[in-house]
Amino acid sequence: MKVGYFTERPARWVPEEAILRNGGHFGVSNSYFDRERAAEDYNYFIDENLYAEELGFDIVALNEHHGNPFCMGSVMNVEAGILARLTKKARILLIGNPLPVIKHPLRMAEELAEIDLISRGRLITGWVRGAGSEQFFNNANPAYNRELFEEAHDFIVQAWTRPGPWRYEGKHFHYRHVNPWALPYQKPHPPMWIPGVISPETVKWCAEHNYPYFGLGTSLGPTCDLWEYYADEAAKHGFQAGPENFGYVMPTFVAETEERAQELGKGFLFGGGQNSFARVEHTLPPGYNSKDAIRRMAKQPQGSWLGVSGDKLRGHSEEEEIDPEEIRRKLIPGYQKAQKALQLIIGSPKSVIPKLKAIMSTLRPGALIIFSVQGPVSNEDRQISMKLIAQEVIPALKEHAKAIDLPDALERAPGSVKLRAGVSRVPVSDRGPLKELGLT
Amino acid sequence: MIRWAEDSLSVAGVQLSMVKGGSGRPLVIFHDELGYPGWMTWNESLAHDHTLYIPLQPGFGKTPRLDWVRNYRDLAGFYSQVVREMKLDPVDAIGFSAGGFIAAEMAAADPRIFSRMVLVAPMGVKPASGEIKDIFPITIRTHLRSTVADPAGTPEFTKLYGGEMTPAQFEAFEDARAETARLGWEPYMHDPALPHLLRGNKTPTLLVWGSRDTVVPRGCIDGYQQALAGAQVGVIENVGHRPEIENSAEFERIVTRFLTA
Repeated sequence: MKVGYFTERPARWVPEEAILRNGGHFGVSNSYFDRERAAEDYNYFIDENLYAEELGFDIVALNEHHGNPFCMGSVMNVEAGILARLTKKARILLIGNPLPVIKHPLRMAEELAEIDLISRGRLITGWVRGAGSEQFFNNANPAYNRELFEEAHDFIVQAWTRPGPWRYEGKHFHYRHVNPWALPYQKPHPPMWIPGVISPETVKWCAEHNYPYFGLGTSLGPTCDLWEYYADEAAKHGFQAGPENFGYVMPTFVAETEERAQELGKGFLFGGGQNSFARVEHTLPPGYNSKDAIRRMAKQPQGSWLGVSGDKLRGHSEEEEIDPEEIRRKLIPGYQKAQKALQLIIGSPKSVIPKLKAIMSTLRPGALIIFSVQGPVSNEDRQISMKLIAQEVIPALKEHAKAIDLPDALERAPGSVKLRAGVSRVPVSDRGPLKELGLT
Repeated sequence: MIRWAEDSLSVAGVQLSMVKGGSGRPLVIFHDELGYPGWMTWNESLAHDHTLYIPLQPGFGKTPRLDWVRNYRDLAGFYSQVVREMKLDPVDAIGFSAGGFIAAEMAAADPRIFSRMVLVAPMGVKPASGEIKDIFPITIRTHLRSTVADPAGTPEFTKLYGGEMTPAQFEAFEDARAETARLGWEPYMHDPALPHLLRGNKTPTLLVWGSRDTVVPRGCIDGYQQALAGAQVGVIENVGHRPEIENSAEFERIVTRFLTA
């Protein structure tokens, strides 16, 4: 199993009240943008990733969001290019480039090839559809989101593998002269790992392409269901899915004492907690989700990470009166609940190890990405958490991974375990540990 | 009560769902971006001396979506085939909001397709002043409320949308919003070429607009009036984007007067 480090690179200096009054991070005015502090932080977060490598994390992971102080990485490939040069051995994982909102797959193919070349083959590239808010920010037609995603992906793979020059006339993209001079260092192209938030359509697509699927802190029960769905689809394509097909991104914060961890871990609640990425009307633009997904969401009783409840969907949050103090009060029980449900892992090294092991035993991921704390937590406290995780937690997790046999996608190629005709697939998740924790 | 029915017709290469009712001179109705809301008072009134043909837009849940239709001009081309294959042309037509956009595109491409055209709060031209309300980054409930000036004082609005929205209604709205986004996301609910293509068009046209419309600004009406020399304007005071349900008596009066002149 590989363990990675990830941070959203939060804008820690935006007044929380501005986010709470806005009802979410997306749409907070950039009049709050502080050039000096941002310059400091962009440099700091590069250094933080270098520190992660120094501490022994196998992977440094980047993402990007647009128009959103939740994540300062707006052009992740720029940061990836810098890390490609400055890191020495860590794999650089992109989770992921939002193909439909960037709308230029040829340029994307060139950028990623350069990153892979500079890093001498350490790039792992992932694709996403872009959050709902990003369809608005980039004026990307959400009704074509999945088509744009799939066409851009198919084009990029071709651009990397088919000798040029050639001409491309697709539905959404058109290129007269496809002949990117820079091709990826890795042959035929870098591995692709795909992050998501409980979308069966994406999971099916991943299984069809033998791509590992990464749950972004998704609820454990539904994630098990989704893993099994992946395995069903994989079986249709003749292979047995395993840990190499799955990864999990886990919001985690560690401090020397339980009390300090609990206090600083509240940074995850900054601006309204896990559902504060964007308001509901920005989360699900028209046509962004499949009809099946809309049906599911309309009936869903509760929201989840970046998810939205049916009630909220039908509601009118942009008209609601916002009381920042009340929101803060309501977040505290949610903080405890999220920890109980293993949606947030916060504590001392001693207390987080069994929880992370339970997640590993349940989801059996080949890669676990530690998602560092949000909010105004100091550089020093962030680094203490990283160090404790690297030195006291990861060794125990790696030992556990060995004991329960969790090969990752770089050790065992996804799709390489073939299913013989007439042989049923085996389960890929284990709800036993969840039952023990009363989480089923 | 006028008899009406919803049927599926094989026309223009698809199975098109269509509501048909009433008797008399044919009148084609193009519903708005939220979909056909049902047979209302104004339908009943106009159906006394017209046969109403109300095609249900492809992709809105009943008629299958047409993958090749990627903008309102494509959709207008499809509907023109429907009208011609049904041998209805030249025919009277009413288009509401995005339905007005469709009708205007049809008239621009074929100036003889309509004998008379009523565009009610039509989208389709970029307003010289004001903006067409962006209906996508708002919830359905907010969108619906913004379509009428006084939701509580509009009985037919309450009849349509009162109570809790069911999952089926929610799904129907999402279908409508998705298809509208597919066609009108960019440029947003207008066609920069449309005013130019309408120039010189002699189709007798009535532009209906509610004085408290917050979805389509007066600038759209002005834009159409500039493009369609001779178009009449009927302003209904104190109503919003849906004059046909907010003040159906006045709506019926000015539309009937225009259609029977």
